[in-house]
Amino acid sequence: MTATSVEAARDSGLLRLATAGSVDDGKSTLVGRLLYDSKSVLADQIEAVEAASRARGYEQADLALLTDGLRAEREQGITIDVAYRYFATGSRRFILADTPGHVQYTRNMVTGASTAHLAVILIDARHGVVAQTRQHTAVAALLRIPHVVLAVNKMDLVGFDQDRFAEIDEAFRRLATSLGIADVLSIPLSALRGDNVVDASTEMPWYTGPTLLQHLEQVGIDDDLTALPARLPVQYVMPGDGSLAGQLVAGELRVGQDVLVMPEGRPAVITDIHCLGTATTYARAGMCVSVRLDGAGEGRRGDMIVSTLQPPAATRQMTATVCHVAERRLAEGARVLVQHQTRVVEGKVTSIVDRLDLATLEHTANSEALRVNDIATVVVDLDEPIAADPYRLIRATGSLLIIDPRDGATLSAGLVGPAFR
Amino acid sequence: MAFSQTGSQLRMSYLDVLEAEAVHIIREVMGTLDRPVLLFSGGKDSAVMLHLARKAFLPGLLPFPVLHVDTGHNFPEVIEYRDKVVAEHQLTLRVAHVQDYIDDGRLAERADGSRNVLQTVPLLDAIQHHRFDAVFGGGRRDEEKARAKERVFSLRDEFGQWDPRQQRPELWNLYNGRHDSGGHVRVFPLSNWTELDVWNYIAREGIPLPSIYFSHTRQVFQRGGMWLAPGEWGGPRRGEQLQERRVRYRTVGDMSCTGALPSEASTIEAVIAEISVSRITERGSSRADDKLSDTAMEDRKREGYF
Repeated sequence: MTATSVEAARDSGLLRLATAGSVDDGKSTLVGRLLYDSKSVLADQIEAVEAASRARGYEQADLALLTDGLRAEREQGITIDVAYRYFATGSRRFILADTPGHVQYTRNMVTGASTAHLAVILIDARHGVVAQTRQHTAVAALLRIPHVVLAVNKMDLVGFDQDRFAEIDEAFRRLATSLGIADVLSIPLSALRGDNVVDASTEMPWYTGPTLLQHLEQVGIDDDLTALPARLPVQYVMPGDGSLAGQLVAGELRVGQDVLVMPEGRPAVITDIHCLGTATTYARAGMCVSVRLDGAGEGRRGDMIVSTLQPPAATRQMTATVCHVAERRLAEGARVLVQHQTRVVEGKVTSIVDRLDLATLEHTANSEALRVNDIATVVVDLDEPIAADPYRLIRATGSLLIIDPRDGATLSAGLVGPAFR
Repeated sequence: MAFSQTGSQLRMSYLDVLEAEAVHIIREVMGTLDRPVLLFSGGKDSAVMLHLARKAFLPGLLPFPVLHVDTGHNFPEVIEYRDKVVAEHQLTLRVAHVQDYIDDGRLAERADGSRNVLQTVPLLDAIQHHRFDAVFGGGRRDEEKARAKERVFSLRDEFGQWDPRQQRPELWNLYNGRHDSGGHVRVFPLSNWTELDVWNYIAREGIPLPSIYFSHTRQVFQRGGMWLAPGEWGGPRRGEQLQERRVRYRTVGDMSCTGALPSEASTIEAVIAEISVSRITERGSSRADDKLSDTAMEDRKREGYF
């Protein structure tokens, strides 16, 4: 990256993306290719990969070795856990969550994709849309990742055939539409050869769309969180002036604005806003601020300052779609902690309503204890109210963790409200 | 806070996004844990961490101490910088001395003279002694492939150990720092920053750094492909020739294993220009201990190293 491109990158935002693919779809190779061809891999890293590849008796450098970092991964040739990669081009900075596809795909993908603006779902052109593609796409839809890219990999192994690509593209679009995903782009590519990853392929002149990297540079990343009603979870009360510090997760705040302090629903007026030490009259989603309200001693960690328009309802009973991420089970009647933004309350799982089969998208009544990777609808009774929004309206205030009070382990990722509806 | 205009929308710059993410993490620690401490080596990542932590609590003072693990083989310019920063911002400084451990036999000097790996025991002892339950570090995932797997909130047991297979999933912006008694949480607010981000932020915020980050004339000698500075740590050995060179440092660590690079970059802007076109990673160019094996960093991290 040149100095001038750094200047440009500084002001064109940051795209968070997640990759999903099955074991042999070539995901590590795609990520390696993206890093390599965008010149985000430096000479000493390339030398290390070449040396490791030679030691394994490979003729070519195995780009997958760029990303499989842990001892066990390199020994077993698999990816164990989500890893984060960083790269930049002349117009954007990228954070890539590289999620392993083969074991515990739901848990890993939820972990890697919960903050993503875009998901890259990888499939092998020879196999087309398979069960795992359906699952990856369903998780992307469940998490409401705004943009989805279908990377049809290994086009070199199907003779760069346009009809084969069109067939896969059509099948995938049917799936995405049925899941309510609005923005889909399919790209035919070969990660191994580098076709359409960073550079346009000379083998597929029939494809006139962007390469993967071009699309990543162009795709919209402003979900326009400022258009949503204001939500400021209080993280910390500043010891000096008693102002309430937090990151505004949605909407805008102005000095003089009427707000409500949830979950009590107490009305207040914003009298001061500071952004990291500087006084301001306006703050928007994404900014870390500290605010003062009229009246003394109001507010504490766990409160949420919200707009008087469309405030969330305070509730002691919550229905959520959960993705169970722990090996240990979670049964009806279990005592749990619910972490919703900065508020943590005690709760009890009163009912496991149904189970979602990601392959068929059918809900089946089944109240057995949750196992790892299960997706289910649960009802949790809470000792104290929380002010949550439906996840489909505001991701930040519609998401929560279900935690085991015995040792603090995270059990489930919760999305407030029903799935896909 | 700088906004850029794109179409009809205002957007935070990427440095603003990274800054806000880091401040959110730092405030979460203050909101949920009892006894945080910030690891402060005097290097550029610590300087940025300290700057962010101070900003997070303005106009108040930093509400927790800083901890320096002193290898005894420090660059004098770095110690001078540390003490100046501590005085200027009225910080509470704790120091753990590797030398004390060597003097009383709890640790043995290594044949290669490096004390980098020896830091782990004094660090863990200091954490236990002061009962710190959250330890902020400036570690970045772009530094090394094992670090790419590290969570922002990373749980350590009472032995300070990291188990990459037993990490807690980290979802949305919801951090869960609950841990066993006796254990602690390592917190990495700069996880998503790259070396270039750190420098761009230093330039934007005007953060002072130790002078050795900028080009200067120094006596150095070559060992294992690296330019090392002479010192009490045991260099140069017989047959290693001291030479005067224009150099600067890309990282700051123990003198025995931190290499200088030939450079004329004497301003922040020149350093940014130099890194932008560099074909060698930060650690590849200046850290000898990462070259010991393919998984040297992972192996040290498992033992409790940062």
